Amino acid sequence: MRAKPILLVAAHRLAILAYIAFALFPLYWLLKVAVTPNDLLYSEGIRMWPSRASLEHFDFVLRHSAFPVFFKNSLIVSGSTAVIVTVLASLSGYALSRFNFRGKYWLVALMLLTQMFPLVMLVAPIFKILSPLGLTNSLTGLVIVYTAFNVPFATFLMQSFFDGIPKDLEEAAMIDGATQFVAFRQIILPLTLPGIAATLGFVFTAAWSELLFSLMLISGNDQATFPVGLLSFVSKFSVDFGQMMAAGVLALIPACLFFLLIQRYLVQGLTAGAVKG
Amino acid sequence: MAYVARQDGLPASRTPLMKRIADGAAPYLYSAPALILIVTVMLVPLALGVSYAFRDIQLLNPFSGAFIGLDHFRALSQDQAFYRALRNTLWWTGASVFLQFLLGLILALLLDKPFYGRGLAQALVFLPWAVPSFLAGLNWSWLFNPVVGPLPHWFYAIGIMSEPTNILSDPQLAMWGPIIANVWWGIPFFAITLLAALQAIPRDLYEAASIDGAGPVQRFLSITLPFLAPTIAITILLRTVWISNFADLIIVMTNGGPADRTQIVASYIFTQAFKRLDFGYASAIALVLLALLLAYSMLIVILRQWLLSKD
Repeated sequence: MRAKPILLVAAHRLAILAYIAFALFPLYWLLKVAVTPNDLLYSEGIRMWPSRASLEHFDFVLRHSAFPVFFKNSLIVSGSTAVIVTVLASLSGYALSRFNFRGKYWLVALMLLTQMFPLVMLVAPIFKILSPLGLTNSLTGLVIVYTAFNVPFATFLMQSFFDGIPKDLEEAAMIDGATQFVAFRQIILPLTLPGIAATLGFVFTAAWSELLFSLMLISGNDQATFPVGLLSFVSKFSVDFGQMMAAGVLALIPACLFFLLIQRYLVQGLTAGAVKG
Repeated sequence: MAYVARQDGLPASRTPLMKRIADGAAPYLYSAPALILIVTVMLVPLALGVSYAFRDIQLLNPFSGAFIGLDHFRALSQDQAFYRALRNTLWWTGASVFLQFLLGLILALLLDKPFYGRGLAQALVFLPWAVPSFLAGLNWSWLFNPVVGPLPHWFYAIGIMSEPTNILSDPQLAMWGPIIANVWWGIPFFAITLLAALQAIPRDLYEAASIDGAGPVQRFLSITLPFLAPTIAITILLRTVWISNFADLIIVMTNGGPADRTQIVASYIFTQAFKRLDFGYASAIALVLLALLLAYSMLIVILRQWLLSKD
């Protein structure tokens, strides 16, 4: 009678462990090859950990390659995109949350539409439009494109955060003589800080990960973002696995930081759902 | 008379009118910046892209640009590479969605039970979700590479492969590379969504069912599945459309090769635009893809209506 539950529990834990191993193994391997010195890379092939670890690849990548430039470019593009999108989405999310207006239905429909068609359709026309404006091969061009792509989703996200704040707050402020915009800026926005942080994080990660448009729009090394730089590096120096993986580990850092940040909310949201149910 | 009346009415009615206009304009002012950006950077290019499908637009050819009617579509109907991409898209999307869903559902069910260290386990298994897609693709292509990756050696050791080779360069197996990477990357999405739905199921239903003598399988079939069904349906529908457009992993891992065996429609469009700089032809394929996706969504909606009316 006792044996069966113990067996079940063991199977459950084993299954969880298998999932964790599957999820982490590729990232572990990335790190492992990144710290393996070149002379051991081939001789120790598939050992789980090299007999001698070193940071020489990181050192090389940070000091003798263009990766710091790529990293900086990606940081500029993703950071500006995140900030601009969050500002625009706060405004439009607030409009959707607090006003009833005739164009609301169309605005929502338009934003949903942009989420549905394949973005790869826009690769060619956007290149054609930005090229005469001098916005190809420029970080500004990328920021404009990414901002537009991320505004609809961010608007819905911000709207849901505004919906969670009672209307009475700004009504009280407006009775005291503040205009609605002042009430929005000084009372509502500070209350939505967690929502703003989440939106910033989501958009930053989305822009950091974007590949197709940065490949299409960026050609030179000076303006290359991390994905473009990493891919051109891979196709040019495809033998130096240690350096490539060291660069890969670096690209992982911002994404993991964001994940650690959002992870709490992810679990919190789930638990809140459980309590509600 | 009228003049006087207007004069009199002015101070009383003018402010409310201005205020009414200002109030009416407020929501438009709030949403204007976002709206303008979406229209200029997404809608205008979309319309332009549709027009390119009927024009001869090649970036390197200054004499191109003429209206050519349905020529691209005629060429497309003869294009064997396109039909192969279409078949590959079905295979890529079907296998990815099925495996992501199945493994995601199992993971959600495992995480639904409280156990010691659940928070940490959850954080770890959801981590792939945060990895940028280009890096997920590169990472897996390295794992499949016999020079630095362990996978070919493991496959060889357990006898799946006759020698440790890179499956990404094997025409028969290459598609499995991006599919596995996609499954690894997409399981967390399904698991998060399904776990949220699972935790919303009232617990007392299970207690009542076990008091009535229902076994675990029966409880799963008659409580869990019906409760999850709407979430499953909508997630699979949205994910199918999204994954069939998701070319990043393929572009990074195989670039459509070997011999076009992993080329899906989305990566084919990108290749036409990016490598051949044939914007007209790329737009024509994109238009066909859009029509197919619309048809798919319509089919699902009609199917749903039909199922609802049957009940």
